Amino acid sequence: MKAQEQARAFMTIFRKEIRRFLRIWVQTLIPPVITMVLYFLIFGQLIGQRIGQMGGVDYMSFVVPGLIMMAVINNAYSNVVSSFYSAKFTKSVEELLVSPTPNYVILLGYVAGGIARGLAVGAIVTAVALFFTPVHIDNIGLTVLVVFLTAFLFASAGLVNAIYANSFDDISIIPTFVLTPLTYLGGVFFAVDALPGVWQNVTYANPILYLVSTFRYGILGGQAEVNVLASIFGIMVFVAGVFAYAMYLLSRGKKLRT
Amino acid sequence: MALALEIQGLSKTFGNGFVALKGLDLKVEEGDFFALLGPNGAGKSTTIGIICSLVNKSAGKVKIFDWDIDRDFSRAKQCLGIVPQEFNFNMFEKVKDIVINQGGYYGMPRELAVERAEKYLKLLNLWEKRNDQARGLSGGMKRRLMIARALVHEPKLLILDEPTAGVDIELRRSMWEFLKKINQAGTTIILTTHYLEEAEHLCRNIAIINHGEIVENTSVKSLLGQLNREVFILDTKDKIHHCPEKLKNYTLNIVDDTTLEVEVEKGQSLNALFHALSEENIDVVSMRNKVNRLEELFVSLVNQANTEQSAKAGGAA
Repeated sequence: MKAQEQARAFMTIFRKEIRRFLRIWVQTLIPPVITMVLYFLIFGQLIGQRIGQMGGVDYMSFVVPGLIMMAVINNAYSNVVSSFYSAKFTKSVEELLVSPTPNYVILLGYVAGGIARGLAVGAIVTAVALFFTPVHIDNIGLTVLVVFLTAFLFASAGLVNAIYANSFDDISIIPTFVLTPLTYLGGVFFAVDALPGVWQNVTYANPILYLVSTFRYGILGGQAEVNVLASIFGIMVFVAGVFAYAMYLLSRGKKLRT
Repeated sequence: MALALEIQGLSKTFGNGFVALKGLDLKVEEGDFFALLGPNGAGKSTTIGIICSLVNKSAGKVKIFDWDIDRDFSRAKQCLGIVPQEFNFNMFEKVKDIVINQGGYYGMPRELAVERAEKYLKLLNLWEKRNDQARGLSGGMKRRLMIARALVHEPKLLILDEPTAGVDIELRRSMWEFLKKINQAGTTIILTTHYLEEAEHLCRNIAIINHGEIVENTSVKSLLGQLNREVFILDTKDKIHHCPEKLKNYTLNIVDDTTLEVEVEKGQSLNALFHALSEENIDVVSMRNKVNRLEELFVSLVNQANTEQSAKAGGAA
């Protein structure tokens, strides 16, 4: 398949994915907004006023980058896992598997769809946040890079989950039992130095902390909680690893070809 | 004549140890209309699954228009269109989007995919339904949608896995006419079917597969030539009470007062039969085969293969 034909195949998958989440916008775009408004109201406004400062800034400003990142992670992941698993369940994935579209184009198409939804929801949540607090981005390049890599990472992970899933129940296991606890404990709502000693060490073992903290540093500037360069490098290694693993599963036809 | 499909030593053993294909060899010439027949579980769908890469083979080679599916994956796929047995499209997508997207997966420019979608949806009488979600289509329409989708990139080889299963007679015949037309226009067609009348009506060549092996591979004409006897049902105008003397050379059975069942051996002439009937003053008002001729052969070949299989298994034990 020539490069131009591969580009057309990629655009077909990407367009289909965008249309899918826009068609069901009530399920895909609205719920994260409602959830985030509640977070802003309860954690940011009501509880936040009592907390005062966190990480050197007022609590509302502190929590906004974490909540944006949480929305990006959840939506990039859930878009790909639900879309690809549905295609597997209805066997419509066979449309792609019998075609000459190379596996990496299939993977990129679905991941691009997940990134698009993650970033779309991230942008909407940012717009909602503006109603509660001013958002000034200190380092636009770093902020965009981190949010893009994060969406890429979790969209790829969503595809891995979809490949392994045997039922619709299986596509909610990782988000419920892994992603949610790691996100909540990954510095979205608190600074690491607010924790007692041993819990600080435990939190530093949580990869989500590096995503959230680097993203927060990109928006707020000031003193970073983690080494920013090491974080970016680590995120890139994770992105490459998960993408390569998803590619390996697709090439082997794991749970797709008998 | 170039080969549209060449299969050599194709084997498939599934993870649970079930051997679906045992070194299958098959050649289909370009332009042919070919039937792949066999009882349920014989290995037809596994063979098709391997050709279109939905099933990983255990051993063997598959070439489509001389492109090896392992080494020239993309070129081989460009030549192939598949209509599977089960519906495998997103039921919530619009009919036209399903066809247009498939064109995209084959690298077609969108304008061309849109143009082709219109062409094939019109040819298959689905144009009126183009903006409907696929789940709203009837069973026959869904089958036609899968044919339109398989044709959007105008493949040189079209494989249909039981395309008329569950389709009413009128629609089945219109699908036959459509398939005949695209075959006459140059598309090689391979189909699997349980309707042997369909294979006899449409196909020039035929392979019968059983227990993962080809038990017969020949032309439909030569296969039918293997029939040693045919049984005809004759409906008579007047009542028959006893076996007519002049028909003693034929194996005859009086089914009821006005129905005769006559076995005609290979070499016996129908003219002689009718002559004898005339001499006995028996007027025949209609005549038909007791069973489809191909069906009779199919059953006999499959039974023979099953007997051989049992004998082998017995010997091994």
